[in-house]
Amino acid sequence: MNNTSVVLDGVSKHFKLKNHRSIKRMTVNLVTGRREINKFTALDQISFELDQGDTLGLLGLNGSGKSTLLKLVSGVMEPDEGKVLTRGRIAGLIEVGAGFHSELSGRENIFLNGAILGMTEAEIRRKFDSILAFSEMEQFLDSSVRHYSSGMFMRLAFAVAVHTDCDIFLIDEVLAVGDQPFKRKCMRKIGQLKEEGRTMIYVSHNPKQVLRLCERGIVLQAGRMAFEGTAEQAVKFIEYSVDDDDGEE
Amino acid sequence: MTVQTSDTTHPLGPLREPGQAGGLVDVFRRRYLLKLLVRKELRVRYQGSAVGLGWSYVQPLVRFCVYYFIAGLVVSHKTPHRALHIFCGLMMVQFFGNCMVAGTKSVIKNKSLVRKINMPREMFPVASVCVSLYHLFPMYVILFIGCFVSGWHPDALALLAMVMALAIMALWGLGVALILSSLNVFLRDVSNVVEVISTVLRWTCPMIYPWTAIAGKLANHPVLYDLYVSHPLCAAVVLANRAFWIPSFSNIHSATIHQLPQHIFLRGGILLGLGAVFLGIAQIIFRRLESRFAEQL
Repeated sequence: MNNTSVVLDGVSKHFKLKNHRSIKRMTVNLVTGRREINKFTALDQISFELDQGDTLGLLGLNGSGKSTLLKLVSGVMEPDEGKVLTRGRIAGLIEVGAGFHSELSGRENIFLNGAILGMTEAEIRRKFDSILAFSEMEQFLDSSVRHYSSGMFMRLAFAVAVHTDCDIFLIDEVLAVGDQPFKRKCMRKIGQLKEEGRTMIYVSHNPKQVLRLCERGIVLQAGRMAFEGTAEQAVKFIEYSVDDDDGEE
Repeated sequence: MTVQTSDTTHPLGPLREPGQAGGLVDVFRRRYLLKLLVRKELRVRYQGSAVGLGWSYVQPLVRFCVYYFIAGLVVSHKTPHRALHIFCGLMMVQFFGNCMVAGTKSVIKNKSLVRKINMPREMFPVASVCVSLYHLFPMYVILFIGCFVSGWHPDALALLAMVMALAIMALWGLGVALILSSLNVFLRDVSNVVEVISTVLRWTCPMIYPWTAIAGKLANHPVLYDLYVSHPLCAAVVLANRAFWIPSFSNIHSATIHQLPQHIFLRGGILLGLGAVFLGIAQIIFRRLESRFAEQL
Protein backbone atom coordinates (compact mmCIF):
# COMPACT_ATOMS: atom_id res chain seq x y z
CA MET A 1 0.00 0.00 0.00
CA ASN A 2 1.19 3.49 -0.86
CA ASN A 3 2.13 4.98 2.51
CA THR A 4 2.98 8.51 1.40
CA SER A 5 2.07 11.09 4.00
CA VAL A 6 3.37 14.42 2.68
CA VAL A 7 4.28 15.36 -0.89
CA LEU A 8 5.77 18.61 -2.10
CA ASP A 9 6.16 18.67 -5.86
CA GLY A 10 7.97 21.67 -7.37
CA VAL A 11 6.54 24.02 -4.80
CA SER A 12 7.26 27.75 -5.05
CA LYS A 13 5.83 30.61 -3.05
CA HIS A 14 6.24 34.25 -3.91
CA PHE A 15 5.23 37.22 -1.82
CA LYS A 16 4.44 40.67 -3.12
CA LEU A 17 6.09 43.37 -1.08
CA LYS A 18 3.63 46.18 -1.51
CA ASN A 19 3.65 49.62 -0.03
CA HIS A 20 0.48 51.05 1.45
CA ARG A 21 -2.12 51.44 -1.29
CA SER A 22 -3.80 54.81 -1.26
CA ILE A 23 -5.85 56.37 -4.06
CA LYS A 24 -3.25 59.16 -4.33
CA ARG A 25 -0.42 56.69 -4.80
CA MET A 26 -2.42 54.47 -7.15
CA THR A 27 -3.26 57.52 -9.31
CA VAL A 28 0.38 58.63 -9.41
CA ASN A 29 1.44 55.11 -10.38
CA LEU A 30 -1.24 54.95 -13.06
CA VAL A 31 -0.09 58.23 -14.59
CA THR A 32 3.64 57.50 -14.36
CA GLY A 33 3.17 53.84 -15.35
CA ARG A 34 5.26 52.76 -12.37
CA ARG A 35 4.46 49.55 -10.54
CA GLU A 36 5.25 49.34 -6.88
CA ILE A 37 5.19 45.60 -6.55
CA ASN A 38 8.41 43.84 -5.62
CA LYS A 39 8.24 40.10 -5.82
CA PHE A 40 10.05 38.09 -3.20
CA THR A 41 10.54 34.36 -3.62
CA ALA A 42 10.20 32.67 -0.24
CA LEU A 43 10.32 29.10 -1.59
CA ASP A 44 11.74 28.02 -4.92
CA GLN A 45 11.01 24.63 -6.51
CA ILE A 46 10.90 22.53 -3.35
CA SER A 47 10.22 18.81 -3.83
CA PHE A 48 10.29 15.98 -1.33
CA GLU A 49 8.13 13.13 -0.09
CA LEU A 50 7.60 11.76 3.40
CA ASP A 51 6.08 8.40 4.27
CA GLN A 52 3.82 7.96 7.28
CA GLY A 53 6.05 7.89 10.37
CA ASP A 54 8.99 9.73 8.77
CA THR A 55 10.60 12.46 10.82
CA LEU A 56 12.14 15.38 9.00
CA GLY A 57 14.33 18.07 10.54
CA LEU A 58 14.04 21.32 8.63
CA LEU A 59 17.11 23.49 9.05
CA GLY A 60 18.13 26.86 7.73
CA LEU A 61 18.99 30.36 8.78
CA ASN A 62 16.30 32.90 9.61
CA GLY A 63 14.39 33.91 6.50
CA SER A 64 15.30 30.76 4.56
CA GLY A 65 11.63 29.76 4.12
CA LYS A 66 11.15 27.16 6.87
CA SER A 67 8.03 28.70 8.39
CA THR A 68 6.52 29.39 4.97
CA LEU A 69 7.04 25.72 4.12
CA LEU A 70 5.22 24.66 7.29
CA LYS A 71 2.37 27.05 6.49
CA LEU A 72 2.01 25.43 3.06
CA VAL A 73 1.95 21.93 4.57
CA SER A 74 -0.55 22.99 7.24
CA GLY A 75 -2.79 24.53 4.56
CA VAL A 76 -2.74 28.09 5.91
CA MET A 77 -1.25 29.20 2.58
CA GLU A 78 -1.45 27.81 -0.92
CA PRO A 79 1.59 27.45 -3.19
CA ASP A 80 1.90 29.68 -6.28
CA GLU A 81 3.51 26.85 -8.25
CA GLY A 82 3.64 23.12 -7.69
CA LYS A 83 1.55 20.95 -5.45
CA VAL A 84 1.35 20.20 -1.75
CA LEU A 85 -0.49 17.01 -0.82
CA THR A 86 -1.03 15.52 2.62
CA ARG A 87 -2.82 12.52 4.01
CA GLY A 88 -4.67 12.52 7.33
CA ARG A 89 -5.20 15.08 10.05
CA ILE A 90 -2.57 17.78 10.55
CA ALA A 91 -1.75 19.42 13.86
CA GLY A 92 1.27 20.82 15.50
CA LEU A 93 3.12 23.30 17.54
CA ILE A 94 3.02 26.20 15.13
CA GLU A 95 2.02 29.63 16.37
CA VAL A 96 1.01 28.07 19.65
CA GLY A 97 -1.63 30.09 21.45
CA ALA A 98 -2.87 31.90 18.33
CA GLY A 99 -6.44 30.98 19.20
CA PHE A 100 -6.23 32.12 22.80
CA HIS A 101 -8.22 35.11 23.92
CA SER A 102 -6.93 37.20 26.78
CA GLU A 103 -10.38 38.04 28.16
CA LEU A 104 -11.39 34.39 28.59
CA SER A 105 -10.38 32.12 31.45
CA GLY A 106 -7.88 29.27 31.13
CA ARG A 107 -10.74 26.76 31.10
CA GLU A 108 -12.65 28.61 28.36
CA ASN A 109 -9.47 28.94 26.34
CA ILE A 110 -8.82 25.19 26.53
CA PHE A 111 -12.25 24.57 24.96
CA LEU A 112 -12.00 27.37 22.40
CA ASN A 113 -8.46 26.54 21.33
CA GLY A 114 -9.20 22.82 21.23
CA ALA A 115 -12.15 23.49 18.93
CA ILE A 116 -10.05 25.81 16.75
CA LEU A 117 -7.46 23.05 16.39
CA GLY A 118 -10.20 20.71 15.18
CA MET A 119 -11.24 18.83 18.30
CA THR A 120 -14.88 17.99 18.96
CA GLU A 121 -16.56 18.88 22.25
CA ALA A 122 -16.51 15.24 23.38
CA GLU A 123 -12.82 14.97 22.49
CA ILE A 124 -11.92 18.07 24.53
CA ARG A 125 -13.96 16.87 27.52
CA ARG A 126 -12.25 13.48 27.33
CA LYS A 127 -8.80 15.04 27.23
CA PHE A 128 -9.48 17.94 29.59
CA ASP A 129 -7.87 16.36 32.67
CA SER A 130 -4.85 15.25 30.72
CA ILE A 131 -4.43 18.74 29.18
CA LEU A 132 -4.70 20.31 32.61
CA ALA A 133 -2.22 17.88 34.15
CA PHE A 134 0.24 18.53 31.35
CA SER A 135 0.02 22.30 31.77
CA GLU A 136 0.19 22.12 35.60
CA MET A 137 -2.11 25.15 35.68
CA GLU A 138 -4.92 23.74 37.85
CA GLN A 139 -4.65 26.63 40.29
CA PHE A 140 -5.19 29.33 37.67
CA LEU A 141 -7.74 27.52 35.54
CA ASP A 142 -10.58 29.94 36.16
CA SER A 143 -8.61 33.18 36.06
CA SER A 144 -8.50 35.28 32.95
CA VAL A 145 -5.54 34.47 30.68
CA ARG A 146 -4.79 38.22 30.74
CA HIS A 147 -3.26 37.71 34.20
CA TYR A 148 -1.00 34.84 33.09
CA SER A 149 2.74 35.28 32.66
CA SER A 150 4.05 34.51 29.17
CA GLY A 151 5.42 31.19 30.48
CA MET A 152 2.06 30.20 31.98
CA PHE A 153 0.31 31.15 28.77
CA MET A 154 2.65 29.01 26.69
CA ARG A 155 2.26 26.02 29.00
CA LEU A 156 -1.49 26.02 28.55
CA ALA A 157 -1.29 26.63 24.81
CA PHE A 158 1.25 23.80 24.44
CA ALA A 159 -0.82 21.43 26.51
CA VAL A 160 -3.83 21.89 24.21
CA ALA A 161 -1.76 21.64 21.02
CA VAL A 162 0.03 18.40 21.92
CA HIS A 163 -3.28 16.76 22.74
CA THR A 164 -4.69 17.19 19.23
CA ASP A 165 -5.12 13.85 17.48
CA CYS A 166 -3.22 13.89 14.22
CA ASP A 167 -1.30 11.91 11.62
CA ILE A 168 1.09 14.70 10.66
CA PHE A 169 2.67 16.79 13.40
CA LEU A 170 4.43 20.07 12.58
CA ILE A 171 6.73 21.79 15.05
CA ASP A 172 8.13 25.27 14.56
CA GLU A 173 10.91 26.42 16.90
CA VAL A 174 8.54 26.29 19.78
CA LEU A 175 10.75 25.46 22.68
CA ALA A 176 12.27 28.91 22.95
CA VAL A 177 10.17 29.74 26.01
CA GLY A 178 9.34 27.85 29.17
CA ASP A 179 11.53 26.57 31.96
CA GLN A 180 13.83 23.56 31.68
CA PRO A 181 11.50 21.01 33.33
CA PHE A 182 8.65 22.03 31.01
CA LYS A 183 10.92 21.91 27.96
CA ARG A 184 11.96 18.39 28.93
CA LYS A 185 8.35 17.41 29.36
CA CYS A 186 7.52 18.76 25.90
CA MET A 187 10.44 16.92 24.32
CA ARG A 188 9.29 13.69 25.97
CA LYS A 189 5.76 14.24 24.63
CA ILE A 190 7.06 14.98 21.14
CA GLY A 191 9.21 11.82 21.37
CA GLN A 192 6.12 9.87 22.35
CA LEU A 193 4.17 11.23 19.36
CA LYS A 194 7.05 10.12 17.15
CA GLU A 195 6.98 6.61 18.64
CA GLU A 196 3.27 6.44 17.92
CA GLY A 197 4.04 6.73 14.21
CA ARG A 198 3.19 10.34 13.38
CA THR A 199 4.85 11.95 10.42
CA MET A 200 6.85 14.87 11.78
CA ILE A 201 8.38 17.98 10.34
CA TYR A 202 10.50 19.69 12.93
CA VAL A 203 11.92 23.18 12.47
CA SER A 204 14.61 24.02 14.97
CA HIS A 205 17.95 25.71 15.38
CA ASN A 206 18.85 23.23 18.07
CA PRO A 207 20.94 20.45 16.47
CA LYS A 208 20.73 18.12 19.47
CA GLN A 209 16.95 18.14 19.38
CA VAL A 210 16.92 17.65 15.62
CA LEU A 211 19.30 14.68 15.92
CA ARG A 212 17.26 13.18 18.71
CA LEU A 213 13.90 13.46 16.97
CA CYS A 214 14.61 13.26 13.25
CA GLU A 215 15.98 10.69 10.86
CA ARG A 216 15.92 12.87 7.79
CA GLY A 217 17.12 16.42 7.28
CA ILE A 218 16.63 19.19 4.76
CA VAL A 219 18.56 22.45 4.72
CA LEU A 220 16.92 25.50 3.15
CA GLN A 221 18.97 28.44 1.93
CA ALA A 222 17.20 31.52 0.58
CA GLY A 223 14.12 29.46 -0.28
CA ARG A 224 15.99 26.71 -2.13
CA MET A 225 16.69 23.18 -1.04
CA ALA A 226 20.44 23.31 -0.38
CA PHE A 227 20.73 19.82 1.09
CA GLU A 228 18.67 16.69 1.55
CA GLY A 229 19.89 13.62 3.43
CA THR A 230 20.00 12.22 6.92
CA ALA A 231 19.56 14.49 9.94
CA GLU A 232 23.27 14.05 10.87
CA GLN A 233 24.42 15.06 7.40
CA ALA A 234 22.04 18.05 7.40
CA VAL A 235 23.34 19.28 10.75
CA LYS A 236 26.91 18.89 9.48
CA PHE A 237 26.03 20.67 6.26
CA ILE A 238 24.74 23.73 8.03
CA GLU A 239 27.67 23.55 10.50
CA TYR A 240 25.63 23.86 13.64
CA SER A 241 27.75 23.17 16.70
CA VAL A 242 26.25 20.47 18.90
CA ASP A 243 26.91 22.13 22.24
CA ASP A 244 23.54 23.65 22.96
CA ASP A 245 21.77 21.53 25.54
CA ASP A 246 18.46 23.35 25.51
CA GLY A 247 15.72 21.02 26.57
CA GLU A 248 18.06 18.11 27.08
CA GLU A 249 17.58 15.74 29.92
CA MET B 1 7.78 13.71 -9.73
CA THR B 2 4.55 11.84 -10.37
CA VAL B 3 2.12 12.18 -7.55
CA GLN B 4 -0.38 9.43 -6.96
CA THR B 5 -3.50 10.84 -5.38
CA SER B 6 -6.07 8.20 -6.25
CA ASP B 7 -5.19 5.87 -3.38
CA THR B 8 -8.61 5.82 -1.77
CA THR B 9 -8.09 2.50 -0.01
CA HIS B 10 -5.68 4.02 2.54
CA PRO B 11 -7.18 4.11 6.06
CA LEU B 12 -6.36 7.82 6.32
CA GLY B 13 -8.02 8.55 2.96
CA PRO B 14 -6.42 9.85 -0.22
CA LEU B 15 -3.67 12.44 -0.49
CA ARG B 16 -5.25 15.86 -0.80
CA GLU B 17 -4.37 19.53 -0.76
CA PRO B 18 -4.28 20.57 2.91
CA GLY B 19 -5.99 23.94 2.38
CA GLN B 20 -9.01 22.40 0.68
CA ALA B 21 -12.03 22.95 2.87
CA GLY B 22 -15.76 22.59 2.46
CA GLY B 23 -16.59 26.27 3.08
CA LEU B 24 -20.00 26.81 4.67
CA VAL B 25 -20.52 23.04 4.86
CA ASP B 26 -17.43 22.83 7.08
CA VAL B 27 -18.78 25.66 9.24
CA PHE B 28 -21.92 23.59 9.73
CA ARG B 29 -19.85 20.51 10.51
CA ARG B 30 -17.88 22.40 13.13
CA ARG B 31 -20.91 23.90 14.86
CA TYR B 32 -19.28 23.56 18.26
CA LEU B 33 -16.45 25.89 17.24
CA LEU B 34 -19.02 28.31 15.80
CA LYS B 35 -20.89 28.27 19.10
CA LEU B 36 -17.69 29.01 21.05
CA LEU B 37 -16.69 31.83 18.69
CA VAL B 38 -20.13 33.44 19.02
CA ARG B 39 -19.97 33.09 22.81
CA LYS B 40 -16.48 34.60 22.84
CA GLU B 41 -17.63 37.54 20.72
CA LEU B 42 -20.51 38.24 23.11
CA ARG B 43 -18.30 37.87 26.19
CA VAL B 44 -15.65 40.18 24.79
CA ARG B 45 -18.17 42.78 23.65
CA TYR B 46 -19.73 43.17 27.10
CA GLN B 47 -16.53 42.64 29.10
CA GLY B 48 -16.33 45.12 31.96
CA SER B 49 -19.81 46.46 31.22
CA ALA B 50 -22.23 46.84 34.14
CA VAL B 51 -25.32 46.71 31.93
CA GLY B 52 -24.00 43.88 29.73
CA LEU B 53 -26.53 42.44 27.31
CA GLY B 54 -28.95 45.15 28.54
CA TRP B 55 -27.26 47.45 26.01
CA SER B 56 -28.87 45.49 23.21
CA TYR B 57 -32.25 46.58 24.64
CA VAL B 58 -31.21 50.20 25.23
CA GLN B 59 -29.86 50.92 21.76
CA PRO B 60 -32.91 49.86 19.72
CA LEU B 61 -35.25 51.53 22.21
CA VAL B 62 -33.43 54.86 21.91
CA ARG B 63 -33.38 54.57 18.14
CA PHE B 64 -37.03 53.71 18.15
CA CYS B 65 -37.90 56.75 20.26
CA VAL B 66 -35.98 59.04 17.89
CA TYR B 67 -37.68 57.58 14.81
CA TYR B 68 -41.08 57.65 16.48
CA PHE B 69 -40.62 61.31 17.29
CA ILE B 70 -39.33 62.20 13.78
CA ALA B 71 -42.01 60.12 12.07
CA GLY B 72 -44.76 61.75 14.10
CA LEU B 73 -43.63 65.34 13.90
CA VAL B 74 -41.58 65.73 10.74
CA VAL B 75 -42.60 63.05 8.25
CA SER B 76 -46.24 63.20 9.40
CA HIS B 77 -46.54 59.43 9.53
CA LYS B 78 -49.92 59.27 11.22
CA THR B 79 -50.97 55.70 10.39
CA PRO B 80 -52.55 53.62 13.15
CA HIS B 81 -50.22 51.65 15.41
CA ARG B 82 -47.30 53.70 14.10
CA ALA B 83 -45.02 52.41 16.87
CA LEU B 84 -45.39 48.81 15.67
CA HIS B 85 -44.84 49.83 12.06
CA ILE B 86 -41.59 51.59 12.90
CA PHE B 87 -40.31 48.98 15.28
CA CYS B 88 -40.71 45.94 13.03
CA GLY B 89 -38.98 47.86 10.23
CA LEU B 90 -36.23 48.94 12.62
CA MET B 91 -35.55 45.33 13.57
CA MET B 92 -34.93 44.27 9.99
CA VAL B 93 -32.84 47.35 9.20
CA GLN B 94 -30.79 46.99 12.36
CA PHE B 95 -30.17 43.29 11.73
CA PHE B 96 -29.14 43.77 8.12
CA GLY B 97 -26.96 46.77 9.03
CA ASN B 98 -25.24 44.73 11.76
CA CYS B 99 -24.64 41.89 9.30
CA MET B 100 -23.04 44.33 6.89
CA VAL B 101 -20.93 46.37 9.28
CA ALA B 102 -19.78 43.62 11.69
CA GLY B 103 -19.56 41.04 8.89
CA THR B 104 -17.25 43.27 6.86
CA LYS B 105 -14.77 43.53 9.73
CA SER B 106 -15.06 39.90 10.82
CA VAL B 107 -12.08 38.43 8.94
CA ILE B 108 -9.72 41.33 9.68
CA LYS B 109 -10.67 41.20 13.35
CA ASN B 110 -9.54 37.58 13.51
CA LYS B 111 -6.41 38.04 11.47
CA SER B 112 -4.16 36.29 13.98
CA LEU B 113 -6.18 33.10 13.43
CA VAL B 114 -6.46 33.58 9.66
CA ARG B 115 -2.69 34.00 9.32
CA LYS B 116 -1.72 31.10 11.53
CA ILE B 117 -4.32 28.35 11.66
CA ASN B 118 -5.97 26.36 8.91
CA MET B 119 -9.69 26.50 9.62
CA PRO B 120 -12.76 27.35 7.54
CA ARG B 121 -12.50 31.13 7.37
CA GLU B 122 -16.19 31.40 6.53
CA MET B 123 -16.53 30.76 10.26
CA PHE B 124 -15.87 34.46 11.00
CA PRO B 125 -18.59 36.12 8.87
CA VAL B 126 -21.02 33.34 9.88
CA ALA B 127 -20.22 33.95 13.57
CA SER B 128 -20.78 37.69 13.14
CA VAL B 129 -24.18 37.05 11.52
CA CYS B 130 -25.03 34.73 14.44
CA VAL B 131 -24.09 37.50 16.89
CA SER B 132 -26.42 39.87 14.98
CA LEU B 133 -29.18 37.25 15.22
CA TYR B 134 -28.56 36.98 18.93
CA HIS B 135 -29.03 40.73 19.29
CA LEU B 136 -32.30 40.45 17.44
CA PHE B 137 -33.75 38.42 20.29
CA PRO B 138 -34.23 41.34 22.75
CA MET B 139 -35.90 43.29 19.94
CA TYR B 140 -38.36 40.47 19.39
CA VAL B 141 -39.17 40.56 23.11
CA ILE B 142 -39.91 44.30 22.94
CA LEU B 143 -41.89 43.82 19.72
CA PHE B 144 -44.08 41.03 21.09
CA ILE B 145 -44.87 43.11 24.16
CA GLY B 146 -45.85 45.99 21.85
CA CYS B 147 -47.93 43.62 19.72
CA PHE B 148 -49.95 42.27 22.64
CA VAL B 149 -50.55 45.78 23.98
CA SER B 150 -51.86 46.86 20.55
CA GLY B 151 -54.32 43.97 20.24
CA TRP B 152 -52.29 41.85 17.80
CA HIS B 153 -54.33 38.94 16.40
CA PRO B 154 -52.07 37.11 13.93
CA ASP B 155 -53.38 34.89 11.14
CA ALA B 156 -51.45 32.04 9.50
CA LEU B 157 -50.06 34.39 6.83
CA ALA B 158 -48.64 36.63 9.56
CA LEU B 159 -46.62 33.73 10.92
CA LEU B 160 -45.43 32.83 7.41
CA ALA B 161 -44.43 36.46 6.82
CA MET B 162 -42.50 36.47 10.13
CA VAL B 163 -40.41 33.46 9.13
CA MET B 164 -39.97 34.64 5.55
CA ALA B 165 -38.75 38.12 6.57
CA LEU B 166 -36.11 36.70 8.86
CA ALA B 167 -35.03 34.03 6.35
CA ILE B 168 -34.60 36.63 3.58
CA MET B 169 -32.51 38.85 5.85
CA ALA B 170 -30.38 35.97 7.13
CA LEU B 171 -29.64 34.66 3.61
CA TRP B 172 -28.84 38.03 2.07
CA GLY B 173 -27.09 39.26 5.22
CA LEU B 174 -24.77 36.25 5.24
CA GLY B 175 -24.07 36.58 1.52
CA VAL B 176 -23.23 40.25 1.92
CA ALA B 177 -21.06 39.52 4.99
CA LEU B 178 -19.10 36.85 3.07
CA ILE B 179 -18.41 39.09 0.09
CA LEU B 180 -17.61 42.26 2.05
CA SER B 181 -15.42 40.55 4.66
CA SER B 182 -13.24 39.05 1.93
CA LEU B 183 -13.01 42.29 -0.06
CA ASN B 184 -12.13 44.20 3.11
CA VAL B 185 -8.96 42.11 3.48
CA PHE B 186 -7.63 43.60 0.26
CA LEU B 187 -9.02 47.11 0.52
CA ARG B 188 -9.83 48.47 3.96
CA ASP B 189 -11.90 51.30 2.46
CA VAL B 190 -14.68 48.73 2.13
CA SER B 191 -15.55 49.01 5.83
CA ASN B 192 -15.89 52.80 5.54
CA VAL B 193 -18.05 52.54 2.43
CA VAL B 194 -20.24 49.99 4.21
CA GLU B 195 -20.82 52.33 7.16
CA VAL B 196 -21.97 55.04 4.75
CA ILE B 197 -24.28 52.61 2.92
CA SER B 198 -25.79 51.36 6.17
CA THR B 199 -26.85 54.88 7.13
CA VAL B 200 -28.52 55.32 3.74
CA LEU B 201 -30.19 51.89 3.82
CA ARG B 202 -32.73 52.78 6.50
CA TRP B 203 -34.34 55.29 4.13
CA THR B 204 -34.73 52.75 1.31
CA CYS B 205 -37.51 50.83 3.03
CA PRO B 206 -40.81 51.78 4.64
CA MET B 207 -39.77 52.17 8.25
CA ILE B 208 -39.79 55.83 9.23
CA TYR B 209 -42.40 56.61 6.59
CA PRO B 210 -45.33 54.38 5.51
CA TRP B 211 -45.23 52.47 2.24
CA THR B 212 -48.26 54.43 0.98
CA ALA B 213 -46.15 57.62 1.03
CA ILE B 214 -43.57 56.20 -1.37
CA ALA B 215 -46.12 54.32 -3.50
CA GLY B 216 -47.82 57.61 -4.37
CA LYS B 217 -44.54 59.30 -5.29
CA LEU B 218 -43.36 56.42 -7.49
CA ALA B 219 -46.73 55.78 -9.16
CA ASN B 220 -45.51 57.16 -12.49
CA HIS B 221 -42.08 55.45 -12.33
CA PRO B 222 -42.77 51.71 -12.61
CA VAL B 223 -39.09 50.72 -12.87
CA LEU B 224 -38.14 52.70 -9.77
CA TYR B 225 -41.18 51.32 -7.98
CA ASP B 226 -40.24 47.73 -8.84
CA LEU B 227 -36.64 48.32 -7.73
CA TYR B 228 -37.88 49.79 -4.48
CA VAL B 229 -40.30 47.03 -3.52
CA SER B 230 -38.04 44.21 -4.76
CA HIS B 231 -34.81 44.87 -2.92
CA PRO B 232 -34.34 42.35 -0.11
CA LEU B 233 -34.39 44.79 2.79
CA CYS B 234 -37.61 46.47 1.63
CA ALA B 235 -39.25 43.10 0.96
CA ALA B 236 -38.27 41.87 4.44
CA VAL B 237 -39.55 45.06 6.10
CA VAL B 238 -42.86 44.78 4.25
CA LEU B 239 -43.17 41.13 5.28
CA ALA B 240 -42.39 42.11 8.89
CA ASN B 241 -45.13 44.72 8.60
CA ARG B 242 -47.49 41.97 7.44
CA ALA B 243 -46.44 39.84 10.41
CA PHE B 244 -46.62 42.35 13.24
CA TRP B 245 -48.24 45.61 12.18
CA ILE B 246 -51.12 44.56 9.93
CA PRO B 247 -52.57 42.01 12.43
CA SER B 248 -53.07 44.87 14.87
CA PHE B 249 -55.71 46.38 12.53
CA SER B 250 -59.30 45.25 13.12
CA ASN B 251 -59.68 44.18 9.48
CA ILE B 252 -56.50 42.40 8.37
CA HIS B 253 -57.69 41.86 4.78
CA SER B 254 -58.50 45.50 4.11
CA ALA B 255 -55.34 46.71 5.89
CA THR B 256 -53.19 44.39 3.74
CA ILE B 257 -54.73 45.75 0.53
CA HIS B 258 -54.47 49.39 1.52
CA GLN B 259 -51.24 49.53 3.52
CA LEU B 260 -48.88 47.10 1.74
CA PRO B 261 -47.69 46.52 -1.84
CA GLN B 262 -49.19 43.63 -3.81
CA HIS B 263 -47.71 40.12 -4.15
CA ILE B 264 -45.51 40.36 -1.06
CA PHE B 265 -45.36 36.58 -0.58
CA LEU B 266 -44.56 35.89 -4.23
CA ARG B 267 -41.82 38.50 -4.13
CA GLY B 268 -40.58 37.08 -0.82
CA GLY B 269 -40.44 33.57 -2.28
CA ILE B 270 -38.47 34.78 -5.31
CA LEU B 271 -36.08 36.69 -3.05
CA LEU B 272 -35.52 33.57 -0.95
CA GLY B 273 -34.58 31.64 -4.10
CA LEU B 274 -32.37 34.46 -5.35
CA GLY B 275 -30.88 34.74 -1.86
CA ALA B 276 -29.79 31.10 -2.01
CA VAL B 277 -28.16 31.74 -5.41
CA PHE B 278 -26.57 34.93 -4.06
CA LEU B 279 -25.18 33.01 -1.08
CA GLY B 280 -23.69 30.44 -3.48
CA ILE B 281 -22.03 33.22 -5.49
CA ALA B 282 -20.81 34.87 -2.26
CA GLN B 283 -19.25 31.55 -1.21
CA ILE B 284 -17.43 31.26 -4.56
CA ILE B 285 -16.09 34.84 -4.28
CA PHE B 286 -15.00 34.23 -0.68
CA ARG B 287 -13.21 30.99 -1.61
CA ARG B 288 -11.38 32.63 -4.49
CA LEU B 289 -10.13 35.52 -2.37
CA GLU B 290 -9.53 33.37 0.71
CA SER B 291 -6.50 31.64 -0.80
CA ARG B 292 -4.58 34.93 -0.46
CA PHE B 293 -5.88 35.99 2.98
CA ALA B 294 -2.91 34.69 4.98
CA GLU B 295 -0.29 36.53 2.95
CA GLN B 296 -2.36 39.71 2.65
CA LEU B 297 -3.01 40.15 6.36
